[in-house]
Amino acid sequence: MTQLPPQSGEGAAVKLGLVIDLDTCVGCHACVIACKGWNTENYGAPLAETDPYGAAPEGAFLNRVHSYEITPEDAPARIVHFPKSCLHCEDAPCVTVCPTGASYKRAEDGIVLVNESDCIGCGLCAWACPYGAREQDPSEKVMKKCTLCVDRIYNESLPEEDRTPACVRTCPAGARHFGDLGDPDSDVSQLVAARGGYDLMPELGTRPVNKYLPPRPKDDEIDVLAPLLEPVAQEPRGFLGWLDRALERL
Amino acid sequence: MHPAASLLIFTTASGLGFGLLALLGVGLPRFDGLSAWAFYSLGFALACGGLLASTAHLGHPERALKAFREWRSSWLSREAWASAATLAVMGIYAVLHLLWGLRVAPLGWLGTALCLGTVVATSRIYAQLRTVPRWNHWSTTALFLGYALSGGALLAGQVTAALLLLILTGGAQIAAWMDGDRRFAARRHSIPSATGLGAPGGIRQFEPPHTGSNYLTREMVFVVARKHVAKLRVIGLALAVLLPVGLLVLPFSHILAALAVVSHVAGVVVIRWLFFAEAEHVVGLYYGRDPVRR
Repeated sequence: MTQLPPQSGEGAAVKLGLVIDLDTCVGCHACVIACKGWNTENYGAPLAETDPYGAAPEGAFLNRVHSYEITPEDAPARIVHFPKSCLHCEDAPCVTVCPTGASYKRAEDGIVLVNESDCIGCGLCAWACPYGAREQDPSEKVMKKCTLCVDRIYNESLPEEDRTPACVRTCPAGARHFGDLGDPDSDVSQLVAARGGYDLMPELGTRPVNKYLPPRPKDDEIDVLAPLLEPVAQEPRGFLGWLDRALERL
Repeated sequence: MHPAASLLIFTTASGLGFGLLALLGVGLPRFDGLSAWAFYSLGFALACGGLLASTAHLGHPERALKAFREWRSSWLSREAWASAATLAVMGIYAVLHLLWGLRVAPLGWLGTALCLGTVVATSRIYAQLRTVPRWNHWSTTALFLGYALSGGALLAGQVTAALLLLILTGGAQIAAWMDGDRRFAARRHSIPSATGLGAPGGIRQFEPPHTGSNYLTREMVFVVARKHVAKLRVIGLALAVLLPVGLLVLPFSHILAALAVVSHVAGVVVIRWLFFAEAEHVVGLYYGRDPVRR
C-alpha cells in the first residue's frame, strides 16, 4: 500500500526518528560502520559491496557522513560533519511514487520501510527522495534504506540499552538521539525545542521527522589570559634588529 | 540524471508508437489492406518495444507485473495500466479493421484518448518529481505529447499536421529549455537549504562521505554531458524539427519523407538524452554540486 497512512490527530501519532547534533558530531563514521554491520546481518538482504578490495570499491550504505566547510564573513572557518540517513518524512515522496507497494510508511510508528520481495528495483523512490536516503543494492537489485533498526528497537531478546538504532548505540560522542518526535514531552522533542532543531530542505514540503541540531556559535570572548600570551618582542632588537635594519637599507 | 539507454529507448519509441496509434485511432491515414497492416504493425512494434525496453531498467524485471498494483498513488503504475488498456483497445480496433474491414469509430477515439493518456502518464513519472526542478513542470508533459504527436504525424504521412506540430513542439522546446535553466535557482534550493548550514557561497563540501562513487552519484549526480549542452541542443533541434520541416515543404516523395522520419527520431533521441543528462537532482547539493553556483 503506497498511499501514506492517514494522519492521526495533532500530537497523537507516534513518530519515531533521530535527532542529530551537528555541534557534537566528530565525523568518526562509527555510525556508518555500525549501521552497515547490523543491517548487513539482519533485516532484509545484506548490504553488498562491489570490488571491495579492488581499485574502485563501492557499496550500499544506509547512512553516510558528509563534511562541509563553513566560511562565515565575521568568524573563523569551521568544519561541520553531517551524518545523513532516511529522515522518515511525514509526507514521504518515496512512498507515493512506488508502483508496487513495496515502499511503505508504517501507521503505528511512522517508520518508512521497503518490502524487498515486492521491490522491482525501478529506482523511482531514490529519484523522488531529496536526501539521497535510498540506494539500490548492487547485488540484490532492490532498494535499501534506513529501517531505524526496526529489528532492534522492539527486540525483547536484546538487553534494554541495545533497543535503539545501531548508529545511536555506537556513537562515541553522543551526537545521535532516538525517540518519539510525535510526543512533545519526549527527550528528543525537548532537545529539538531547546536547541532549535531544524528540517533539511524544508522548501520541498516533505516534513522530515528527523531533526538536525545546529552547531553552537563559537565563543566570541577572548580568554582573559590571552594578553599574557602576546609576543614579547614586537620590534627586533640587538643583532636581529641590526640585521633587520641592514636588510631594509639594501 | 543518468541517461540510461533503456529509458531513452522507452520514452522515445513508446512515444512515437503511441503517437502513431493515436492518429490511426481517428482514422488517419485512411488506408486499407497491406498499407494498413504496415501502419498498425509499426505502431504496435514501437509502443511494445519501448515498453519492453523499460523493463530492462528494472533491478527485478521478473516482478514487473507487480507495478500494476498502486495506480491510486503512483504514476508509474498508472502508466502501466494506461499502456495495457491502450494496447488492448487499439488491438481490438486494429483487428476489426484489418480482418473485417470494420472501422468502429468510437472505439478508435477511445484508443486515441488512451494513447494520449499513456503519454501523459509517462511524462508525469518525471514531471511529478519535485527533486528535479527542471522536470517538475507541466511543460514536460506538453513536450512529451508534442514529440509523440509530431513523430506520429510524420510516421503517418500527415504532412500538414506534422509541419504544424513540429514547429509548435520546437518552439515549446526552446521555451522549456530557457525556463528550465532558471528553475533550480528560482526554487531556492542551495547547499544552505539542504544542510541548514552557512550562507550561499559561505559553505562548500570539505570532503565527500566516501572516496569512490555510489548509486546516488552515478544515478543522480550525472554531469558528463553538460559541457556540450548548447551544441547538443542545436543538433537535437536541427535534427528533430528543422531538417524534417525542410524536407516536408519540398515536393512530396517517399524517400524525403523517410529521411524526415529518420532525422526526427535521431533528434528526439538527442533531446531525450539531454532531458535526462541535463536534469539536476537536489541530492547533488549534498555532494557539493550546486548548479546555480557552479
